[in-house]
Amino acid sequence: MSEPLLEVQLSVNGVVHDLRVPARRLLSDALRHDLGLTGTHVGCEHGVCGACTVLADGRPVRACLMFAVSAVGLNLTTVEGLAGADGTLSNVQQAFAECHGLQCGFCTPGFLTTITAGLRDNPQPTHEQARDMIAGNLCRCTGYQNIVKAVERAAELGA
Amino acid sequence: MTTRLMGTGVQRVEDQRFLRGRGRYADDIAVDPATLHAAVLRSPHAHARIVDIDVADVLDVEGVHAVWTYDDLTGPMADPLPLLIPHPALTHGRTQYALAKDEVNYVGEAVAFVVAEDRYVAEDAVGRIRVTYDVLPPVVGVEAARAADRLVHEDVPGNVGARMEQSTGDVEAALAAAPRRLTLDLDVERSASMPLEGRGTVARWDPDSDRLQVWTSTQTSTGVRAVVAVKLGLDLRQVDVITPDVGGGFGVKINHPWPEELLVPLAARTLRRTVKFIEDRREHFVSSAHERGQIHHIEVGFDDEGRLLALDVRFWHDHGAYTPYGLIVPIITSTQLLGPYKPDVYRVVFESLYTNTVMVTPYRGAGRPQGCFAMERTMDAIAAELGRDRTEVRAVNFIQPDEFPFDQGLIFQDGRELEYDSGDYPALLEKIKTLVGWDDFPAFRAEMAAQGRRVGIGLACYVEGTGVGPYEGAHVHIETSGKVKVATGLTTQGQGHATVFAQLVADELGCRFDDVEVVTGDTRRMPYAVGTFASRAAVMSGSAIHLAARKTKEKVLRIAAEALEASPDDLQVVDGVVSVKGSPGAAIDLGTVAVLSNPLRYAFDEASKAATQFTVGDPGKPPVPEDEEPGLEGTDFYSPERSTFASGMHAVIVETDPLTAEITILKYAVVHDCGRLINPMIVEGQIHGGVAQGVAGALYERMVYDESGQLLNASFMDFLMPYVTEVPDGIDIDHLETPSPLNPLGIKGAGEAGVIPSAAVFASAIEDAEGLSSPGLTITAMPISPSELFHLRLAHAEETS
Ligand code: FES
Ligand code: FES
Repeated sequence: MSEPLLEVQLSVNGVVHDLRVPARRLLSDALRHDLGLTGTHVGCEHGVCGACTVLADGRPVRACLMFAVSAVGLNLTTVEGLAGADGTLSNVQQAFAECHGLQCGFCTPGFLTTITAGLRDNPQPTHEQARDMIAGNLCRCTGYQNIVKAVERAAELGA
Repeated sequence: MTTRLMGTGVQRVEDQRFLRGRGRYADDIAVDPATLHAAVLRSPHAHARIVDIDVADVLDVEGVHAVWTYDDLTGPMADPLPLLIPHPALTHGRTQYALAKDEVNYVGEAVAFVVAEDRYVAEDAVGRIRVTYDVLPPVVGVEAARAADRLVHEDVPGNVGARMEQSTGDVEAALAAAPRRLTLDLDVERSASMPLEGRGTVARWDPDSDRLQVWTSTQTSTGVRAVVAVKLGLDLRQVDVITPDVGGGFGVKINHPWPEELLVPLAARTLRRTVKFIEDRREHFVSSAHERGQIHHIEVGFDDEGRLLALDVRFWHDHGAYTPYGLIVPIITSTQLLGPYKPDVYRVVFESLYTNTVMVTPYRGAGRPQGCFAMERTMDAIAAELGRDRTEVRAVNFIQPDEFPFDQGLIFQDGRELEYDSGDYPALLEKIKTLVGWDDFPAFRAEMAAQGRRVGIGLACYVEGTGVGPYEGAHVHIETSGKVKVATGLTTQGQGHATVFAQLVADELGCRFDDVEVVTGDTRRMPYAVGTFASRAAVMSGSAIHLAARKTKEKVLRIAAEALEASPDDLQVVDGVVSVKGSPGAAIDLGTVAVLSNPLRYAFDEASKAATQFTVGDPGKPPVPEDEEPGLEGTDFYSPERSTFASGMHAVIVETDPLTAEITILKYAVVHDCGRLINPMIVEGQIHGGVAQGVAGALYERMVYDESGQLLNASFMDFLMPYVTEVPDGIDIDHLETPSPLNPLGIKGAGEAGVIPSAAVFASAIEDAEGLSSPGLTITAMPISPSELFHLRLAHAEETS
């Protein structure tokens, strides 16, 4: 018995993709394996670590908690879509490089997308707010010290 | 003159890739529609005999290609997995099979392996395999293992895999003679490395060349390569193992082979398709490895100054169901608990015990957090007994700066003497006291007390054997473009190797930093290597790269000297250009030297055209002289006599809530000596990450098994890994550099240090905070949660009332 496939259209980083996926295909898998956008990472597949965070209409969502079919009609942004069209790093990416905000880099895409949305809503966070902004994402390597610095540095770059 | 890069916080070159989503982790490899995906059926029982496995329903599932159980394995694949580091004391070593044969010994043990079109279908198929088990009573935890009224392996009496003893004298006599004595019983629970990227393996069989390519998220590609070749009956030269970007290791990825690391290549060769296995988070909890679970009994004899006259330690190590990694963890505890101290007489005895739980392999710090907890709790207990300052008691026991090299009289985990190379512990103590404000603390405590707040301060010291051998190698190749390609065989999992190694090459070779490209963990580029663990990358590969760069430079100078008609001694290499000192006109760039090193007569590119202006070599001799090889490259290896010994001290100020027993970190300070720093920014990053894992182990993380051997918290919802909200807001760091005499750069390892003293330092500080209201309350088990502290207060109040 073969699994029924659904035709879906996903708009990712400004490009519209047509794909055929089973109803149960996770958005994270569709992005990574159907579209080859492997920047979005899966650390837990149960919505806790935040590594799979992408932006849907600008808001952070966990791609492991969403089916690909549920993302139809949303404008998705993945880590691959954060840099400028000419390849210039966004302020948040630049700040991570300057502040040593990453080690293995596995959690990094989720932090970058989360902070991008966070700073759009609150471009000049206090130190406490900067910590709060990343409080839903796990990182096993950095101890977060430099990620907080990166949030503050990105705010500075954006000011 | 170019500035020296060693010692400067150069920004990481690898970040550009990671920041753009262009990292390449195991699951990112071979993204092609033809890849097949594997899923594993795992035991639901902690201890059971397998009566029957029925896979009849599985191959009907559309998209399933194959299923393996133990009965399908042949040849070496049907033998138990290797015991990687045997030790004579490990009299009853046991390892599992790639797929369980006859019995399972922990929840999560691999029973069957399914390969299908995608992971979803493979999991569907796994769900249709029917296994009949005859469930046996399990052994869970150290106490049950010691009681031994049930056995994990029928042929291992008392559940004792190993018993090992070392001593430096007659401890009983020394104890009896000591004017004062104390006894402590200390527990540490299990935790786990828990990298954000789990395990993952991809394999491709190339029928045209009869070769197997394996990508795996490992800390040792050469090790995986060797074992895959042996188990699959291939020549080593038929197997390439490539370690792409690795999303964290922390020890768990040093163990090899995992069953899947063999089954994926087997499936790829059998099915002639690319096959991938990517572990999910629950699988990582129940089928990779844990560490830390140990209980300790200590008897110590000392004098009125707190000097250690006799230290007698017994401990019991829970190594889980199998011992693939030998006794590394308990041997480290048994030797490294001595830290910066020198007891007159020391005896340590441990038993390594089987339980029906996930096996143990090293986790960052590897046995040292437990050892440090044991030793530092002892120091605190002595200080309390004598009514002395905790720093004073430590200071009287320090090995002094003029006593190095210092031989502790024991054999370390690498089979070499436990001999410390260098250090200055009194200087570290001064630094940490200043950094944390040790002497000002009483005033702060009084101020807080006036507001009804409880604060406490603690400190803990450690010494860490880093940079263990046997060796590491490097290959440096200068291309005709002037670009420098460097390969070292050990892997990288986020420590910035591409950056620090490039710093070393640029310094030694005189090339531009931006021209250096470093490849790690690819057996095609450097087939001789050990791996990334035990804080050894900078010491081992760093030294090898430095030596290989030096060798390459010698060749550069030899060839350039001929071309420039100068003596090699008169040449310098700056920013990729070789010139005669004092005569800037006479110069040749590295790319051109590379052309000259390879006496072809083809003008491929600008560099080769430029090279025609120079003539090299005596026309009366062959174009490649004897003792010379074409190409501008150098390979070298570094193999030290023994480990380097880094050291450090942590201090913390905590607040404990009088009502809720909540524990808040007010200040965290670290002083650290890892010899010469290559890149301080990266070293500090390592400390930050280590401290976070240490806080986790001290306050939050534990593996909660029920009595039937089910892991109750096998998810990130329930295993409390710290978020930013749980780590200190700011860590004060200071460095001391006592260069190691054992390697050309004077460096020691830095990767694990941050995690070692945490349980000890928190126990000390929490006890201190509680001391005023509950005198005599002692903390003997870690981690400690607010509710545990709360109950400890109640129990203590009852005892003392
Ligand atoms: S992978 Fe989605 S939150 Fe962890
Ligand atoms: S950098 Fe490795 S998990 Fe965050």
